[in-house]
Amino acid sequence: MTTAHLQFDFIVDKAQNTITVRREFRANRQLVWDCHTKSELLDQWFAPQPFTTKTKHMDFSPGGYWHYAMIDPTGVEYWSRMDYETVQPVQGYTGLDGFSDADGALNTELPRAHWTATFSDLDAHTLVQTVVKYNSLSDLETVIQMGMQEGLTSTLERLDAFLLTLNS
Amino acid sequence: MRRDVFQAIADPTRRAIIALIALQSMTPNSIAEHFDTTRQAVSKHLRILTECELVKQEHKGREIYYTLELERMKEIDKWLEQFRKIWETRFSQLDILLETIQNQQKP
Repeated sequence: MTTAHLQFDFIVDKAQNTITVRREFRANRQLVWDCHTKSELLDQWFAPQPFTTKTKHMDFSPGGYWHYAMIDPTGVEYWSRMDYETVQPVQGYTGLDGFSDADGALNTELPRAHWTATFSDLDAHTLVQTVVKYNSLSDLETVIQMGMQEGLTSTLERLDAFLLTLNS
Repeated sequence: MRRDVFQAIADPTRRAIIALIALQSMTPNSIAEHFDTTRQAVSKHLRILTECELVKQEHKGREIYYTLELERMKEIDKWLEQFRKIWETRFSQLDILLETIQNQQKP
């Protein structure tokens, strides 16, 4: 399977502290929406390989939250929590992404990012735009540095090889 | 003092200074000639960039030259590149999931 002709934009705005990710998917909007909002489907794709995703709690509604872990191949769990603010079915949602512990208690020392996800039709395909906004770019630096300290770097370096096998 | 590197490059004047000295090392005076601000303002920007280790000073005779710390610039791009890879990878996985579900739905 090739993804070469599917639109993918990754735009960093250092002045606005935002990262805009746009991606086209070869499926209708309802199915792409379900994959982003139902935990049994999110669990199958959200964590980048070789990490896996595990959901402990999911309430996809305003005021509800998704509490999940990304688990590395040695079994170490990295817990996160996405608090949903607004939900407009099949069109978009907003929420606050943050780090938590295994019990779902938010880690207030680490930065949270505000997500605005928008779903639209692109002929028979679906375009998903996610704008990730940090309070400051030093927040983003903190998040990425933490990932590097926790071994995400070496994992990501192995990803290149993995992606090649996926796309061949 | 370790300053916030992203804050440093968020400022348009500092980005312009980086672009200038990326081409060649320059003295503070020759940098200031490119801007409509005071020499003091340019000095302040250079000090912030130096504190962030984005530029470094080199003494040549009696003059001070500012040069770009290329490794540090690459570090920032590396962070962002890794963030990009996370998204690319999860989306490739979603492509596979979408295809699997659609194949199951076919009669």
